[in-house]
Amino acid sequence: MTMTDDTTGVLGQRMLRREDPALLTGEAKYTADLPIPGALHLAVLRSPYARARIVSVDTSAAASMPGVTAVFSGADLAEAWAGPMPCAWPVTDDMKSPTHYPLAVGQANYVGDGVACVLATSASAARDALDAIDVEYEPLEAVIDLEDALSDRVVIHDEIGTNRSYTWDLKIEESEGDVDRAFADAAYSVKERYIQQRLIPAAMEPRAVAAIPQPFGGDMTLYSSTQVPHILKVMTALTLGIPEHQLRVVAPAVGGGFGSKLNVYAEELLCAALAQRTGSPVRWAETRSEGNQATIHGRGQIQDIELAADADGRLTAVRVRLIGDMGAYLQLVTPGVPLLGAFLYAGVYELPKTYDFSCTSVFTNMTPTDAYRGAGRPEATYAIERAMDSLAAEVGVDPLELRRRNFIPTASYPYEAMTGLVYDSGDHDKAATLAAEMIDYAGVRARQETQNVPGATKRLGIGVSTYFEMCGLAPSRVLASLNYGAGGWEAATVRVLPTNKIQVVTGTAPHGQGHETAWSMIVAEKMGVSPDDVDVLHSDTAIAPLGLDTYGSRSLSVGGVAIAMACDKVVDKAKQIAAHQLEANPDDLEFSGGEFRVAGSPDRAMPLAAVAFEAFTAHNLPDGLEPNLEAHTTYDPPNFSWPFGTHMCLVEVDTETGEVEVLRYVAVDDCGNQVNPLIVDGQVHGGVIQGLAQALYEEAVYDADGNLQTSTLAEYLVPAASDVPSIETGHTITPSPTNQLGVKGIGEAGTIASTPAVINAIVDALSGLGVRDVPMPASPNTVWRAINEAQGGQQ
Amino acid sequence: MIPAAFDYVRAGSAAEAIDLIGQYGDEAKFLAGGHSLVPAMKLRLAQPTVLVDIGRVADLSYIREDGDQIAIGALTRHMDVENSPVLAEHVPLLAHAAGHVGDPQVRHRGTIGGSLAHADPASDLPATTLALGATYVAQGPNGTREIAAADFYHGYFTSALAPDEMLTEIRVPKMGGAGWSFQKFNRRAQDWAIVGVAAWQRGSECGVGLVNMASTPVLASSVASAVAGGASAADAAEAAAAEADPQADLNASVDYRVHLAKVLTRRALEASAG
Ligand SMILES: Cc1cc2nc3c(=O)[nH]c(=O)nc-3n(C[C@H](O)[C@H](O)[C@H](O)COP(=O)(O)OP(=O)(O)OC[C@H]3O[C@@H](n4cnc5c(N)ncnc54)[C@H](O)[C@@H]3O)c2cc1C
Repeated sequence: MTMTDDTTGVLGQRMLRREDPALLTGEAKYTADLPIPGALHLAVLRSPYARARIVSVDTSAAASMPGVTAVFSGADLAEAWAGPMPCAWPVTDDMKSPTHYPLAVGQANYVGDGVACVLATSASAARDALDAIDVEYEPLEAVIDLEDALSDRVVIHDEIGTNRSYTWDLKIEESEGDVDRAFADAAYSVKERYIQQRLIPAAMEPRAVAAIPQPFGGDMTLYSSTQVPHILKVMTALTLGIPEHQLRVVAPAVGGGFGSKLNVYAEELLCAALAQRTGSPVRWAETRSEGNQATIHGRGQIQDIELAADADGRLTAVRVRLIGDMGAYLQLVTPGVPLLGAFLYAGVYELPKTYDFSCTSVFTNMTPTDAYRGAGRPEATYAIERAMDSLAAEVGVDPLELRRRNFIPTASYPYEAMTGLVYDSGDHDKAATLAAEMIDYAGVRARQETQNVPGATKRLGIGVSTYFEMCGLAPSRVLASLNYGAGGWEAATVRVLPTNKIQVVTGTAPHGQGHETAWSMIVAEKMGVSPDDVDVLHSDTAIAPLGLDTYGSRSLSVGGVAIAMACDKVVDKAKQIAAHQLEANPDDLEFSGGEFRVAGSPDRAMPLAAVAFEAFTAHNLPDGLEPNLEAHTTYDPPNFSWPFGTHMCLVEVDTETGEVEVLRYVAVDDCGNQVNPLIVDGQVHGGVIQGLAQALYEEAVYDADGNLQTSTLAEYLVPAASDVPSIETGHTITPSPTNQLGVKGIGEAGTIASTPAVINAIVDALSGLGVRDVPMPASPNTVWRAINEAQGGQQ
Repeated sequence: MIPAAFDYVRAGSAAEAIDLIGQYGDEAKFLAGGHSLVPAMKLRLAQPTVLVDIGRVADLSYIREDGDQIAIGALTRHMDVENSPVLAEHVPLLAHAAGHVGDPQVRHRGTIGGSLAHADPASDLPATTLALGATYVAQGPNGTREIAAADFYHGYFTSALAPDEMLTEIRVPKMGGAGWSFQKFNRRAQDWAIVGVAAWQRGSECGVGLVNMASTPVLASSVASAVAGGASAADAAEAAAAEADPQADLNASVDYRVHLAKVLTRRALEASAG
């Protein structure tokens, strides 16, 4: 059965999200909202030093405070762990990883590193007791600068003897020296350095955890504001030595993650270990400042990129050198983030096998980094899209024209890229043409002629960004080749209940994406029922025991496809029952609109509802057929999915103040077939704003001693609705040939495309003043300084 | 974010509030809208042991004409200042500036008295009332006194108020049809100003107050002298930072702040010129 045969027209509708009423009215229950009688509250004392030896920890005064049950130092809990905090992605065999425990023992390595903790009968008693813990620190020199870290002038972790974690290469040459020769022969070349500042994910819901030991049987239920309940279960079992079958992980309503909740955190392990130790439930909720310090940060790279091109500006080679900032320790997938971008530094452009990528990652005395919306791919897209603008200036052609000259031709899809990966489908010219029409690209260029005259203080700029996103993580064998510690499949169960209501069990773990709505639409389309008759069960390992959770824009193109496949299995089984009842050959039955019909005899029909009841009573099933209508699928995708598109941004820069006003933002995204265009638009809006925030507003700032200066939302500038433009979305639809739904991911596309579009627009506006680059975030002060420097301090 | 433990008492009148503060001594603090004090308490930067809540002293929330001045009760919320017809007619600069404080939530809770008493040089209303030549009325155990805005601000978060004194009223001269402009420069709409300029002009007379350009709000009297001396807006604005002593922070270096003060002052003078 294929979708197009039997469409009931549910797919593709802009259905309102069924999740939203509860979220909007405050009825949704987040982890911190759960009533848990008798719970003890955990509070964590965090190092105020970026690097310090812990000389002694005196917990006695704190332990005697009212309401305090227990106080532990890192050393006190050293025996509690069966293993250190997990890193699931040892990217190279010789990768260095310092031992990392939920509470530091001996040495604290970033401001926010847990040093001791309190259990008390109230959150305020626990917080008050932190002030009474007496820690003697011997402050040590901190390493903040990445190149300084690389020099090993100061080695952070004695046990590994170097700040270098790994070097990972992706060198593709037909023969040795091809890349060098391409650069030597290039008609044009550019060499640029870009800094990806650190970002704080700042999910709306701060992290929260509650561990509840069951009084009999030794089982433990761990509630967490996580996007990976299944991975968390495995890792918690391993780290604490809890038998996995005795651990249940539940992610209640989760208010955003953006990758920051794709992790295994100290507080999750502390709550579980202390609940086990005390026999009482233990809960913890992060404050915003703790979140800024001790939830992972994103980005943090120095990128050196070189492009070589022929006389027409067509790319002949790309060379990239990265320094990745791991922060103080490796969290769950920290080292893999640069690798997720490694394949994309040639963007959507045709390139011979002259590609040379190398990344060296270093430890610093800052919060650990890890996956943050786009993870590696926004960084890669930024570098190639900024460098393409530099190349366009070099060649002397319009940036859009240069891109068109280099686009992978539509006719060559599926396209085997220089890295050996196969891009499933694409039509870059179509997306770029639509975006150019929407923003009136030619008209803007004409306006610039009259507006950006000498002496003008309001300058107009337009920025273009085209992208490919390698997402839908991922074919398990490809993950294996990258040394990732798990697979990339997804599981689904579809169960038709006796009354023809349908339960779907998914291994995805939505935290704002609207899976309940989208998955019910897929099932409605496949089974010919109303979406209202479909319930989606998820994020509880007792109900949905198998899954690999939600990240990497994988849920629809892996998890959603698994559901469609499970529906097919259910329909196949139902068809046998219907055929038996109708005394027909199963091959002669057609299924559409929720009804089985004998081909050519329209009066011989049986609705799915009747089949479901027959399957339940099992009074008259074909011989050998098991009762009930239920099927399970585990789907391992044969390829990534490759969404693409073109974004364009129009800005006006006030050269007196350096202020950037985004006048218009046009996003044309192609994610293949759309299950629910309303959700697609929502993902694009949120993604674009997050990317625009990197371009204009956000940066985790550290001083030279490693103090985080943006520890509250007054200093860390997450833009609000009033600070961002309306986003004009357009779509082209190029279905993916690799899955039956023809879908690709859309969760990260906006973030991937938007950052370079905004910066390209600013640089375009200021190019007449000699500005070639503006560092991120392009704050007014930064833009003003860039103008000043370009003008030789004349401004 | 959990503040340190504290006690809470609610005062029904200014006199009662002053009494209570007197009883509890140095560690007690007035609580008005709570939008500066409570965030500081949650970060444990402030740890008062007693809060004397004056938020419900209703007879200190008013805006009325009093001769050639407008009298504003210290407990008047920013949004009432913003929307006051009396101020719209007589002191539009202040009403407009109040509309730029924070976001709607902040403006519905925060009070003009709290904003001035808090003496944050980055706040909008201290510099605005300074430019307007306002007088503040303080009540203490020994009665009331008037303090000129120009004498009120001593440094970061410190003012002429004694710990047991309460700000009760703000008296602002009517603007008499003067042109005015409020230039607030920030990165996000709800933020404090990186630099702000409040200015009014009537003929060759003018007043210019600077936000976030020193440890106190700044009266840019050199600009006023230059304007009185017939200088153009651009030339007068060159003197904008003469009385200032700005600091660097995450949003602005010192030289950028000085530059912004000049640009914004020029714009304010151009916009407020007859
Ligand atoms: C998110 C946010 C954004 C903001 N943005 C801005 C902005 O853009 N511009 C701006 O100007 N302000 C801004 N503010 C501050 C806001 O204006 C505050 O409301 C104001 O600064 C303090 O007023 P309050 O009534 O809340 O005072 P409180 O917080 O209650 O008190 C502040 C201090 O003043 C003392 N106090 C209060 N009233 C009196 C009185 N009558 N007599 C003597 N002492 C008194 C208190 O003891 C305390 O020390 C912002 C606040 C927040 C939370």
